[in-house]
Amino acid sequence: MPAHPRALSAHDLYQFRSIQRLAYQCAETIAGELKPGIREKDAAALMKTWLQDHGVNDWFHQPFAWFGARTAFDGFDGLRHLGGFNLAFYPGKTVLEEGMPFILDCAPTRGAYTADIGYSGALGHNPRVERLQDDLMAHRQLILDLVKQRKPLAEVSQAIDALCAKQGTQPRHKAYPFEVLAHRVEKLGDRKQGLSIARFGVRNLYTLTRNALVTGRQQGWSPLWSSHSRSAHPPTPGLWAVEPHLGWRGVGVKFEELLVVTEHDAYWLDEDLPHVRRWQARQGETRQVAA
Amino acid sequence: MNAPLPTEALGLEPQRLRVQGDGVELAVYRWGKSDAPTLLLVHGYPDSHEIWLPLVRELVGDYQIVAYDVRGAGASDKPRKRLDYHLAKLANDLEAVILATSPDRPVHLVAHDWGSIQSWEAVTEPRIQPRLASYTSISGPCLDHVGFWMRERFSQASPRGWLQALGQLVSSWYIAFFHTPLLPELGWRAGLDRAWPWLLNRVEGLRDVASCPTQRSDGQHGVKLYRANFIRSLLRPRPRHTEVPVQLIVPTADRFVRPQLFDRLSQWVPRLWRREVRAGHWQLLVEPQRLAGWLREFVAQREQGHSSRTLDLARVRPQDKAFTGKLVLITGAGSGIGRATLEEFAEQGACVVAADIDLAAAERSAELARALGAEAHAYLVNVGNREELERFATLVEDTLGAPDVVVNNAGIGMTGSVLETPAADWERLLRVNLWSVIDGSRLFARQMVDAGKTGHIVNTASAAAFVPSKAYPAYATSKAAVLMFSECLRAELAGHGIGVTAVCPGLVNTPIIQATRFVGLSPEAEARQKAKTQKVYARRNLSAETVAKALVRGVQRNRAVVAVGAEAHLSVAQWRFAPWLSRRLARLNLIG
Repeated sequence: MPAHPRALSAHDLYQFRSIQRLAYQCAETIAGELKPGIREKDAAALMKTWLQDHGVNDWFHQPFAWFGARTAFDGFDGLRHLGGFNLAFYPGKTVLEEGMPFILDCAPTRGAYTADIGYSGALGHNPRVERLQDDLMAHRQLILDLVKQRKPLAEVSQAIDALCAKQGTQPRHKAYPFEVLAHRVEKLGDRKQGLSIARFGVRNLYTLTRNALVTGRQQGWSPLWSSHSRSAHPPTPGLWAVEPHLGWRGVGVKFEELLVVTEHDAYWLDEDLPHVRRWQARQGETRQVAA
Repeated sequence: MNAPLPTEALGLEPQRLRVQGDGVELAVYRWGKSDAPTLLLVHGYPDSHEIWLPLVRELVGDYQIVAYDVRGAGASDKPRKRLDYHLAKLANDLEAVILATSPDRPVHLVAHDWGSIQSWEAVTEPRIQPRLASYTSISGPCLDHVGFWMRERFSQASPRGWLQALGQLVSSWYIAFFHTPLLPELGWRAGLDRAWPWLLNRVEGLRDVASCPTQRSDGQHGVKLYRANFIRSLLRPRPRHTEVPVQLIVPTADRFVRPQLFDRLSQWVPRLWRREVRAGHWQLLVEPQRLAGWLREFVAQREQGHSSRTLDLARVRPQDKAFTGKLVLITGAGSGIGRATLEEFAEQGACVVAADIDLAAAERSAELARALGAEAHAYLVNVGNREELERFATLVEDTLGAPDVVVNNAGIGMTGSVLETPAADWERLLRVNLWSVIDGSRLFARQMVDAGKTGHIVNTASAAAFVPSKAYPAYATSKAAVLMFSECLRAELAGHGIGVTAVCPGLVNTPIIQATRFVGLSPEAEARQKAKTQKVYARRNLSAETVAKALVRGVQRNRAVVAVGAEAHLSVAQWRFAPWLSRRLARLNLIG
């Protein structure tokens, strides 16, 4: 029986933080190994092996990798009839070239604890990716501010849409299943191994589905956070994997990390993540220029 | 800075030299300061060194200027044999003149027409290259390059390539004529020489061309230049590269040399600058101020290393995109179609200027353009205010030069019946949607004409220009006016080589709906109506990017009207073929 979301102890949070760090460490390591000519499938397989070597035994979903224009999910909107479950998401044979953007996305589970992360970059220098990385930080701040103000989650998501319109970027997280900006991550029961179907871990999906159809319905909230009216409720305490994904002119950039929501407050589980460090370094640069 | 001296005091009377060329004696003329950089001028056919006198007058204060009569022209020797006019001999002549006038310091070569053709031979000759500091070529390609160009076009098997090649052949009709025996010579003897100034006046619009005493003999001997070289070079072109920096000047209204001949020049010339101007074959020489300015800039860059902004923009590189070096200015560039258009032009290499009533939004658009690798500037401009727009136009001209493309895009929306809409609302809408387009076109077209630019003006109209409706009379009226204004302006500017396009998009999902005024509705009803309209537009999902792509294509192909979206095409067709249906539908109540 999974623990109640509100009952996350300090130890639980520590565990979530360490699995999230492990996942980001994996993404950074594999990103460092990417070379021209590698395919999405190969990159995803590298991540999977790396994580399994580091004690991961189950998944929310097995690693994904997107290269080039696929990072912006161009043309992924055609298939709506499966609720947005689109085969195009699965890592394919797209080959990485110099200057191409990439996104590595993995969601490992170790014991009872799951992380879901997204890591964006480019092979070499890509000014469009840099631009979107900068823009993404405004979204990170806005999400936190509005959740702290306990705005309904649908309203937060709509504010993100509005910020995108102002920035001139596309909210490409709308191409995800159910157009989610974020989804719940729960502490699972302790088990050594888990079954995956179509790259998604059964235990995690079961919890998510149960929250969507039973617990959430009863308590009036949805584990799928989008601009839709089903998210028109105050932030539900617990952990949310938040994944704003910006697209612009053939380039997509995202981050994904866990947001801790409590009864009265909210904070990012970890501030020591690659995109945050990058942003802090950028701020340092601008300050130096200004001085 | 020296005070300008009167022409007489400068002593336009040249120092005359006789220089031994390759088997002939050449008449060489020298003006100006001997310690200054040397400009060497090579004239074309059927001219002599006298064609350069207006330019010499402009530049004599700052340079040592050397001009010579090429073999067969003016006071130089006139060999009788055709083979004596071979390109290699002409290049040797040029080298001999350099050795005689500036043996220690490389010269800046400037050549026109046949002079340019024969100078290419010298410029691409490794032995002579070290003697040349730069080369400015006007209306004369390298014949070997043309040979390769023709080959490429004819081997493309595309109708466009064939048409370009055939077009150039038609433009070069006179060359075929020169290859006929005796006829050209007879023509010159029969009085063509006396008629020449008059012909230049009639055909090229040049006034005050003095008749030249050696015109008849220049014309007769010069045809041998063509006979000795053309067929060989075109049929058996040699690969000719050069390391000399080349400033290519392309008069776009040239009847004899078509601009597309130079399309692939950068593959032969790694250091290339290209300037275009709306002018005929001889115009730059007869009215030399612009040419003089460009020469000063180019020579200064080569001698002192400091480059002007316009010269930087003129640089040609192999990786250049469609709009590299062009200045594109867009109003209402802070959002919607304006921003998407800005990004599209930026992606294609243009330097872009974003003007918007919201400075932060314009800055953001510029920031996006920079991420696409473009140079971008943002300005706060309320196009509804004529003085502000005029100030902006002056500022742009002073700091960046005349634009190549202007997109008068800023606009607002308004709904509400004629009877209910107050006059003030009408005025405001027409001010922003119509007057800003008129003013913007007027101000920037003037700049383009003055700068001799073959630019383009785009005005954002709307499919509403074809769809009468009782729901939005003011908006549709303003857009129909923009459409007609663009058509009239297109006719007027065609003679200047400036294109005008009206863009008529359908239901595009942009922030204009939020900026639309719904006259006659309470604030709550207005908000509801906006949300409803936005939803319809969102469902239609015609993006600003689609409009931007069509717009840029419309500029490249110089389309008069660009309709975007199925509904826009349908509206145009319906208004044309079944206006009764449009009138019927106009009565429907779309609002409320």
